Amino acid sequence: MRPSAVRLLNILVPIKRAVDYAVKIRVNPEQTGIDLNVKHSMNPFDEIAVEEAVRIRERLKDAVKSIKVVTIGPPKSAETLRTALAMGADSAVHVEILESAPAPEPLGVAKALKALIERQKEGVDVVIMGKQAIDDDAGQTGQMLAGLMGWSQATFASKVEVDPEQKIANITREIDGGLEELRCKLPVIITTDLRQVHLLNEPRYASLPNIMKAKKKPVEKLTAAELGVDLTPRLETIKVTEPLKRVGGGKVANVDELLTKLKEAGVTGKRA
Amino acid sequence: MASKATRLRALALYKELHRLGRDYEPSYDFHGKLRRLFEKNRNLTDDEEIEKALRLGEYIKNETLALYSLRKYRYLKRMYPPNSTSDA
Repeated sequence: MRPSAVRLLNILVPIKRAVDYAVKIRVNPEQTGIDLNVKHSMNPFDEIAVEEAVRIRERLKDAVKSIKVVTIGPPKSAETLRTALAMGADSAVHVEILESAPAPEPLGVAKALKALIERQKEGVDVVIMGKQAIDDDAGQTGQMLAGLMGWSQATFASKVEVDPEQKIANITREIDGGLEELRCKLPVIITTDLRQVHLLNEPRYASLPNIMKAKKKPVEKLTAAELGVDLTPRLETIKVTEPLKRVGGGKVANVDELLTKLKEAGVTGKRA
Repeated sequence: MASKATRLRALALYKELHRLGRDYEPSYDFHGKLRRLFEKNRNLTDDEEIEKALRLGEYIKNETLALYSLRKYRYLKRMYPPNSTSDA
């Protein structure tokens, strides 16, 4: 019996090596940015995206042809790719930039991803990525990529169901005051969010044996020039400072003291 | 160590726990405790006792993983509370 000609899905998961969530952020002495000589790890929202891609494959089984992860970053970002491969991705692409290069901006990343998608001979049906990176909190890349590609998008997704035969995806989104259900035609860009009650999913732990196995999975190295993209920042950061330290409150003994302190602070009142 | 198989399992467990211990609270001395606990059991010969010790190690591994996910989850929930953009 011949198998039916169901189009197999190719999933792309862009991930970012960001400052680890547990690190205490410090502004650098020049006030141009934060101290980057700290622990980095995969952006937690991107972990959720990788996990979601792997779960989609667990649900749809053979209908998912490939899960490819991609990152744009310095040589150390290869470790982040290895973790994603250990979680279940099949192959990876590393768009390598110099260690000293400035961090790419969302528009640059979106353009690079567009160029990469266009290079994929088998096409890309679903792009799943984190809604924002915890270091810059930009939250723009997914939306920009959807705009550049002219694809449907579902951001802040808290539930994803892909139907490869119908070529649609049913996605539940977190919005102000509740949830919204969308039906998107493939190809689609999805950005992952936390759910109100719990995470969209619980990213699996990448065990040591899986990390070792992941070393054998293919990692393609590319440069921005090969993609025909210029990652030079278009924004100039003028100054970065810490938020004002919270001044502790004080306790007053009685109403008279309260009135005195209010007068000292310059608060005047008129009798009604 | 009764057999080659259990020896390999014990080594794999030790490596896994050692890697997990890197993110633990430093004052707890996870690596020190790990080494001492494994050394205490190095001369076990009874199969059942070995199984019990390996199971305890697995249990500690899962507990530590759960602690890490909870810590990360709590952080994310605090930093990105639901509907924080709402002005309502």
